[in-house]
Amino acid sequence: MSLPSLSRNGLRGRPLVRTSYAQDLALLNSPAKRRSTLIAVVVSFLLPFLLTDDLLLIFTLGMISAVGAIGLNLVTGYAGQVSLGHAFFIGIGAYTAAVLGGDTDGPLVGYGMPIYVWLPAAGVLAALAGLLVGPIAVRLRGLYLAIVTLGLVFLGDHIFRESRSLTGGPGVGRRGPDLVAFGIDFNASGPLLGLDLAREQRQFLLALVFLLVFAVLGRNIARSGVGRAFSAIRDRDVAAAVVGVDLTKYKIMAFAMSSFFAGVTGALYYSVVGVFEPGTFGLLLSIQYIAMVLIGGVATISGSIMGAIFITSLGRISGQIATFIPGISESSGSGGLLSVFQLESILYGLLIIVFLIFEPRGLFGIWNRLRLYWKGWPFSY
Amino acid sequence: MNGFLQALVNGFGQGSIYALLALGFVMIYKATRVISFAQPSLMVVGGLVSYHATAVLGLPFFAGMAIGILGGALVGMLVERLALRPMIGKPVFTLAIITIGVDIVLRIFTNRYIGVESRIIAYPNGSARYELGGVSISHQTLGLIVITAVTVTALTIFFKFSRTGLAMRATALDQETALAQGIRVGAIFALAWAIAGGLAAIAGTFIASGTAGMEQTSWIIALKALPAIIIGGLDSLPGAVIGGLSVGIVEALTAIYQPDVAPWLGRNFSLVAPYALMLVVLLVRPYGLFGTKEVERV
Repeated sequence: MSLPSLSRNGLRGRPLVRTSYAQDLALLNSPAKRRSTLIAVVVSFLLPFLLTDDLLLIFTLGMISAVGAIGLNLVTGYAGQVSLGHAFFIGIGAYTAAVLGGDTDGPLVGYGMPIYVWLPAAGVLAALAGLLVGPIAVRLRGLYLAIVTLGLVFLGDHIFRESRSLTGGPGVGRRGPDLVAFGIDFNASGPLLGLDLAREQRQFLLALVFLLVFAVLGRNIARSGVGRAFSAIRDRDVAAAVVGVDLTKYKIMAFAMSSFFAGVTGALYYSVVGVFEPGTFGLLLSIQYIAMVLIGGVATISGSIMGAIFITSLGRISGQIATFIPGISESSGSGGLLSVFQLESILYGLLIIVFLIFEPRGLFGIWNRLRLYWKGWPFSY
Repeated sequence: MNGFLQALVNGFGQGSIYALLALGFVMIYKATRVISFAQPSLMVVGGLVSYHATAVLGLPFFAGMAIGILGGALVGMLVERLALRPMIGKPVFTLAIITIGVDIVLRIFTNRYIGVESRIIAYPNGSARYELGGVSISHQTLGLIVITAVTVTALTIFFKFSRTGLAMRATALDQETALAQGIRVGAIFALAWAIAGGLAAIAGTFIASGTAGMEQTSWIIALKALPAIIIGGLDSLPGAVIGGLSVGIVEALTAIYQPDVAPWLGRNFSLVAPYALMLVVLLVRPYGLFGTKEVERV
């Protein structure tokens, strides 16, 4: 028997009452979430017309990194498999894209293919690399796995350095692929949907669409049976195996999916950045992504996005802080108390420590507490 | 043949540095179940304290090294007290990431001290070499091997025969039971970090007294102790020493044979050979050569 008063979401007038499991699992399971998501998306689409170009570039890179952070969150946050090897998969994506989409008559190997070939190919190749790591991951737990994935970064770094015909070699590097989609070159200014836009504005919109697609994809993975299997493995792998979760299958799947996200991120990120060199994909990049996940919020999609944008803008933030604190020099030299770059690194380190000690749920946790505070206001209970 | 023996000797010297660092990792792991990614910065700090004591304050080498050990131990204890003690009981992964944060922060300060030039400690009579049957070894390398041997022996005796050593072994086995026996587990944590910091400082001192000296990039050396502890097994002290030495020897042997045997692996493959070795060992033995297999109770 179905109740006639049932609206799409719970009983009429009582939007938070759930009458089925599917409602509880829905992508946006409350009217407040629907409204706030809509506002966030609309505001995001308006941002390119409100902010200056240099800020837009930071947000663009932040949003592209967010996809990689979502990928890392799938394997580390949801499935609980600690991976310090994210930089390796990002590197594979970046170089796949650069080789497939690169200049055909340059000094380096390039096939000049369009974006709808190199972007998926970057993801798929990275996912294949993830499949190769999977079997090792199945045999190992916890910190053993962390160290093995760390080793992967060093081996990858070596491979990238030595494949000179593909990567250009250390200190030289190569260009990312051209960012031309649907006949529009996003690395140049020009008209888009009838509006005359600057290069940064166009890139921002492209990155926003890219992020929206992968954020919804990530959220869907997380709320489906696969995501629940991941969480079960994270919480207690023996118990998960007992209730019928195939550990081998899901651990390998987690690595493959996370690597796919990393691959497409690498492809798009360095296509926006331009020239990049093999040394980029070192341990520091992996740690940055770990920091995005931890500072943003473990096992949350919105947290990954917040964390990624925050970490990407950290350089800019420390530049701003430097103008308030005397003794911090703008140059990279050794004058003054600290340089901006050193301040940025210190902020990384300290933020990781402070967040883990005081706010383990990250920016998402802060947001959640604010939300609950206003929801219950003026009552604190 | 001489080339082989020479590589073996060189590898043994370099392996001693890895063994010292690996011992530090294992000490901390056994006491607190945490892998400390702050070891590289502790090594650099220790080496720089020694450098300051010898090159700037003019102390003799071994006195400088003693001060370096104290410095490394002190910083290790501070890190434990300030960054890790508040987090006891949290997932080990969280703690490991915190040590990464500590490492990043500490290394900014050491990099500022180092600057652009490399900081070299003069080892007494360091350029002279002993020759034996076509194989030569520098005074510095011999000193390193002897000091490592003495340190390992001293640690073994300490763990086997002293009350504190017994307390540390008990804590490693079961923290709650150790607490119930009246062992101050917090003090044991501090001591483990102090020993690890001291061991890292010895390694740092010898890196700074080597040919390259202590540079901004030297910290990466300490990460090669990670494959060493994985190969030996995370919780085995003899495993750490054997793992460290084998990593050093594999590295030295790859450096001389790989360019001829397998040139397709690229230049400087020896630098990453330990990681490749680690993957191979782990595929065969997931808990390393000497590590205890984790027993899962349901």
